[in-house]
Amino acid sequence: MIKHILKRLALLIPTLFGVITLVFLMIALAPGDPARIMLGERANAEQIAQLRAELGLDKPLIQQYGLYLSRVVRLDLGKSIATGQQIAREIADRFPATIELAWYAMIFATVVGMFLGVTSAIRRNTWVDYTTMGGALVGVSMPVFWLGLVLIMVFSVWLNLLPTGGRMNIRYYFTPITNFYVIDGILLWIREGTPKYLWSAIQHLLLPTIALGTIPLAIIARTTRSSMLEVLQQDYIKTARSAGIREKRVIYRYALKNALLPVITVIGLQFGLLLSGAILTETVFSWPGIGRWIYISIGARDYPAVQGGIIFISTFFVLINLAVDILYSVVNPKIRLQ
Amino acid sequence: MAEKKEILLSIQNLSFSFDTQRGVVNAVRDISLDIRKGETLTLVGESGCGKSVTAHAINQLNPMPPGKVDHGKIMFRGTDLLTLKRHEIEKLRGTQISMIFQEPMTALNPVFTVGAQIADVFMTHQHMTKQEAMERTIDLFKLVKIPAPERRVNSYPHQLSGGMRQRAMIAMALASPEPGLMIADEPTTALDVTIQAQILDLLNDLKHKIEMSILLITHDMGVVAEMADRVVVMYAGRKVEEADVFSIFETPRHPYTLGLLNSLPSNTKYKNARRLEAITGTVPDMRTIGAGCPFENRCAYASEKCGQEFPTETVLGESHSVWCHNYHMVKEG
Amino acid sequence: MKSSETMDIPRIKEPTPLQETWYHLKKNKGAMTGLGIITMFVLMAIFAPIVSPRDPLAQQISERLTPMFTNGYIFGSDDLGRDMLSRLIYGARISMTIGVVSVGISLFFGIIIGVTSAYYGGTFDKIVMRLIDIMLAFPYILLTIVIVSLLGPSLTNAMVAIGISQVPRYARVVRASVLAEKESDYVLAEKALGAGNFELMFLTILPNCLSPTIVQATLGVGEAILNSAGLSFLGLGAQPPTPEWGLMIASSKQFITNAWWIVTLPGLAILLAVLGFNLFGDGLRDILDPKMRN
Ligand SMILES: Nc1ncnc2c1ncn2[C@@H]1O[C@H](COP(=O)(O)OP(=O)(O)OP(=O)(O)O)[C@@H](O)[C@H]1O
Ligand SMILES: [Mg+2]
Repeated sequence: MIKHILKRLALLIPTLFGVITLVFLMIALAPGDPARIMLGERANAEQIAQLRAELGLDKPLIQQYGLYLSRVVRLDLGKSIATGQQIAREIADRFPATIELAWYAMIFATVVGMFLGVTSAIRRNTWVDYTTMGGALVGVSMPVFWLGLVLIMVFSVWLNLLPTGGRMNIRYYFTPITNFYVIDGILLWIREGTPKYLWSAIQHLLLPTIALGTIPLAIIARTTRSSMLEVLQQDYIKTARSAGIREKRVIYRYALKNALLPVITVIGLQFGLLLSGAILTETVFSWPGIGRWIYISIGARDYPAVQGGIIFISTFFVLINLAVDILYSVVNPKIRLQ
Repeated sequence: MAEKKEILLSIQNLSFSFDTQRGVVNAVRDISLDIRKGETLTLVGESGCGKSVTAHAINQLNPMPPGKVDHGKIMFRGTDLLTLKRHEIEKLRGTQISMIFQEPMTALNPVFTVGAQIADVFMTHQHMTKQEAMERTIDLFKLVKIPAPERRVNSYPHQLSGGMRQRAMIAMALASPEPGLMIADEPTTALDVTIQAQILDLLNDLKHKIEMSILLITHDMGVVAEMADRVVVMYAGRKVEEADVFSIFETPRHPYTLGLLNSLPSNTKYKNARRLEAITGTVPDMRTIGAGCPFENRCAYASEKCGQEFPTETVLGESHSVWCHNYHMVKEG
Repeated sequence: MKSSETMDIPRIKEPTPLQETWYHLKKNKGAMTGLGIITMFVLMAIFAPIVSPRDPLAQQISERLTPMFTNGYIFGSDDLGRDMLSRLIYGARISMTIGVVSVGISLFFGIIIGVTSAYYGGTFDKIVMRLIDIMLAFPYILLTIVIVSLLGPSLTNAMVAIGISQVPRYARVVRASVLAEKESDYVLAEKALGAGNFELMFLTILPNCLSPTIVQATLGVGEAILNSAGLSFLGLGAQPPTPEWGLMIASSKQFITNAWWIVTLPGLAILLAVLGFNLFGDGLRDILDPKMRN
């Protein structure tokens, strides 16, 4: 297993290297003068010259690349043009919001998706199966941002049940502790004796979680179903049944653990994609995370910020894939015991 | 065999079909057989003739749907197994009726240790702690002669050899509180010859030790000779001959049985018998099969009648019956 | 039963793979529904100028935010008084084009890379596969954003970006099936007859391993439509006043409180179109992939 993981780690480095290179090229090869584009038409020559110097744009491309690499390796992502803040700082501030949303969306997608997948596999070719799989197909065909807007329209505008965006009721004058608002809500409940922060955090999480989680949910349900169907045909399931193991146990222990292998891969992949999909969802729900920040930075032509955000999310994506790979080999004794 | 023991399992006129997308497969048609206490009955026939479907019908292991019982009864200790609900049959599985499968490579769950899988059977049927179950499992491993059992229970299937896995399967089938019926569906087909002999010895040994009945499925007449008390020969879903093992080898009366014996390499007795087309022809499509004898298209003795109706039983002796219009010709063969 | 000697036995023609696929397809309800939806959108795209009741760009400020089925606006009008139905119909034209062009780009490069890398094998193949692994390890939504940022935001560039970002996937699918085919008898026979590398790769092997690629491409069109809508929503794809579905949703966000249709309808159009390709692609996969057939 160690060998397997080391192999994966070896792939990690060129991948991150590729990401950084691509992101570097994004500015270097962009048509026109990046400094001018970033500062806009009204900037004067002096400001532009200063930014060029700051970004090293006046040096030859190779040298720029070397500089950029050495900075990124030292985790120095530069300063945001729009705010003048350190980009690493901006990311650190926003990351909890993104990860909190992605986390709940993923739990929602995994739990519901796997349940639906297993159910339709054991009820194969019944109306339960057709409805679930039809729904899942609709789920994967939907644009996330649109789903978000429709949810807002129905639950916030028409029914007036849930907030349209943000993370916390703004009238609460709430100062975050960990920046994970659900945790903060619980902490404040203990400290101040009122569950209102927790309640508000949950209310704000609900719609974005559903919006962000629906596509992975549908994909997980489809994968679980087909994986389950395949596993249920295997001889060892017959063996378990022939030994009198109860059907529930056969399905939820003997079959599911095997069916889990491809599902784990999909879950990991979806979790990674979720972070990039967060650009759309966070934008729709005014969720103050990295995705929305990248969106705003794109609009503001704050290239260093966009670069930093993309490097960060890609790194995270790659790391999640690595984690999933390790988890995969833990669940699969054939790899674990190699 | 002095006195006849009581009947443990009795399949009566079982017909079983699969409703597939490409048509109805009549996998088993009008099969009857009895298994007595402590007896080994072998079910022989070539691949696809419905042996497994018959065996799996006993403890409801055929997938239903698409599978369906069209007709028949399976009596076991006074109840018709086919009428049992799922939770009722689940109680019999692994307690009174246990099973060993053909492919030791795929019949054990790859993500659990063999010990855990067997211990789970103990814990399902008998109130035991995990520890007790594991100890019993180790005992069973000793019984089926798995070396270093304390270590082996913690192995995953892929860490064991084919023979070892099959022994583990047998151990699992023995994890029952009382000896009853063991269904062994080609338990040695996937193993090489020496291991095969060991496993068969083990089964024979166990049979005497704990007085269980065995329904042994095989398409290897060598295995039949080694193991069987009685033999049922199947062809394309039909029973074509039934006899004690002695009669099958000495006086086979169905052309197909003769063909099977011919395929035994070591058997010189049948060398000069008329060579059957059984070797060249193929099993008919189970979906389009007609009312006649399914063996007709490959049979060297076929007459016009054979294509029209399936023969009725001809009783040849106390324990020998054949279903063939022209069985008397085979005699001369 | 008729005796066969006295009858003229009609010669049974072996069905071509295409005929056989069509035969199975006809029995697959999902696939046929998908095909129906796709056909509808393709027809809409081709005949957009004929079937759309008004000019999709003409603004009629006095009639802005007209609800559905009012004043001759079947699907209402948007915030600038443009006819929603006409915009949706023209949107089909844009989305179908995006789908086909970007998948075309992915296919073109994916096939070349996949075929050559599988055919030549060795170090070349190793390097290509490593690069593909790296690209696949990069979330493709971000990849398209990077590419669009490089090229500048526009519909064409969005298409190119989506096309390029999916090349590794197609390369991998093609490579796998070429690897499975390249040692077959008919390939070796052609080789013995002196066929050149190009001929072997693209005329002999490729046609025999198109099935998985076709499935991937069908599903890919739907995905491309979704992605381009996403890019447009972020302002990185189509620019106003283009009647692109994603952009239509983006520019009507603030009207969800009082004009539900201008947000909902373009989304439904996307959903339906993508659903069509997914249904059809799933059906094709069931038919063309023998492993999935039961
Ligand atoms: N689940 C199923 N669905 C459809 N047809 C089935 C199914 N299971 C078995 N059959 C059909 O039933 C017939 C008998 O199969 P069975 O497995 O009993 O053969 P067998 O005698 O055990 O052969 P083998 O020696 O290969 O194990 C075959 O024609 C097979 O195609
Ligand atoms: Mg069998």
